[in-house]
Amino acid sequence: MAVRFVVAALVTVLFLFPIYWLAIISFKTPDEIFAYPPVWWPEQIQFANYAVLFKDGDAVTVWNSLVIASISTVFAMVIGTMCAYSIARFRTGGNLFSDWLLSNRMIPPIVIVFPVFLLFVELGLVDSFVGLILLYTAFNLPYVVWMMRGYIQDIPLELEESALVDGCTRWQVFVRVVWPMARGGLFATAVFTFVFAWNEFIFALVLTRSEVTTFPVQVTHYFGGQSNFWAKIAAMSVLGTVPIFIAVTLLQRFLVRGISLGAVKG
Amino acid sequence: MTDRGAMRGFSDGRRTGAAGARATPFVDRNFKYLMIFPAVAVILFIGLFPVIHTLMISVQNLTMLDEDTSFHGLVHYGRLLSDGRFWEAIGHTLIFVVVALPTELVLGLALAYLFLDRLPGKQVFVALLVLPVVVSPVIAGATWRLLFDQRYGPINQVIGWFAGEDVTILWTVDPAFVYPAILIAEIWQWTPFMFLLLLAALSNVDQSQLEAAEIDGASFWRTFFKVVLPAIWPVMAIAVLIRALDLFRLFDVVWALTRGGPGTLTETFSIYAYVQGFQQFETSYTAAMSLVVIILLAITVTLVLRRMEIDR
Repeated sequence: MAVRFVVAALVTVLFLFPIYWLAIISFKTPDEIFAYPPVWWPEQIQFANYAVLFKDGDAVTVWNSLVIASISTVFAMVIGTMCAYSIARFRTGGNLFSDWLLSNRMIPPIVIVFPVFLLFVELGLVDSFVGLILLYTAFNLPYVVWMMRGYIQDIPLELEESALVDGCTRWQVFVRVVWPMARGGLFATAVFTFVFAWNEFIFALVLTRSEVTTFPVQVTHYFGGQSNFWAKIAAMSVLGTVPIFIAVTLLQRFLVRGISLGAVKG
Repeated sequence: MTDRGAMRGFSDGRRTGAAGARATPFVDRNFKYLMIFPAVAVILFIGLFPVIHTLMISVQNLTMLDEDTSFHGLVHYGRLLSDGRFWEAIGHTLIFVVVALPTELVLGLALAYLFLDRLPGKQVFVALLVLPVVVSPVIAGATWRLLFDQRYGPINQVIGWFAGEDVTILWTVDPAFVYPAILIAEIWQWTPFMFLLLLAALSNVDQSQLEAAEIDGASFWRTFFKVVLPAIWPVMAIAVLIRALDLFRLFDVVWALTRGGPGTLTETFSIYAYVQGFQQFETSYTAAMSLVVIILLAITVTLVLRRMEIDR
């Protein structure tokens, strides 16, 4: 066990090192970033690199990401769960419909982004919150339907049946019985929907200009032809990554089922 | 399995008991269709409508200079067949799939075995190891670009310690090193994904079967192939499928590290489509290319899904 523990610790350190390096650059002074040989620990931790982001207004891109990811997650969860309930309980559309839904998730974004771009140009949705929210909602829907169908199937039928007998309408059954019962699943699914929208790059790169730039796109702006703004790259990346780390660590127990498309029941 | 939990008996909107005598309101009668309507509407708007639009554009001739909407037939599809750069991009993409996927699978499995039995601080280790998975892929690429920097990055520094002299490998420029660089970043980010799923799958393997195999004196490998692999296969298949599809659309990490360079050496399909559509403004040509890839992918995925008979 002692050997295994040492190996486990070494592997963990190895996998975390890139994240450590990114974080530590964000606390360095320019002299330390461009020191040769590279410095592994700065003289003192300083926050000037972050202060610049807030002063220049670049930090607002994290806020944009938050708005877009949150709203699109709520939309995808509500209409996706409605659809999942219909499929789980009434087998609406049969296998063909479920397959078609899931197949939408398999299309590479680059293939979809081009026609969507042309569409958004005509509708005036390029560089707007509405455009990206709509797109992320649509892109997450197949995942939400797939996951929530699995969770809803695990809910016993009796409660719904007795609610119907008591005179509830079907919509009331869905809102008052199914929705609360599926709470755990809603939570787990929402985390991944949110993470996807938060981290997404191609759609945001193509469909934003300046107004609603999300943080991953902002980071790539700091890569120049000749020189890269290392301090900004690091600080901006950390700013956008820390919230996700916190969320995922708090919701650790949902992680496996969420990323396995429900293949691992948890 | 689709029957599981279906509302038997009254799925056509009829109520049971006393309420059944009343006429059911419109909403209840059409409930199941009303419930899927918003989702279908959004997906059709973002998915199907643009695809039809693309189909139309692909038989016209729209470029940066030319707004020619007359019918051009399949000229762009023909051009695709003879476009060496397109097929090279598909080839590069497949290289990434073929190298990264098995590597991630084997490393993930090895890690899962490392953490399978009791280990002090296991929870903490797993929680930490998972972090790379949730980093935005483009940020992961940016991070590795800093790590790989020939002068200020720690990787060349560490290699230098072992070599005993300063090394200046140009990881993101030198044709001999760009593939290893991208693959390292990709494998770093997604091995923990495989690890996490396989760890869960391994923990669920029936203990009594493992003990039986041990009593029979079966070797580790024999037990693995006869008992463990069949048990974890459903999860492994899903993990491989998810990763294969992700790798096929590889864009972010390559974009951050090399932008498809040097030249077009690491250009994946996604990057080539981006260049044609948004830098060269070959609108009609990109439309044709997108459709061909959608069709190729749909066929492949359907065949693979049939093969694997994944529980739906």
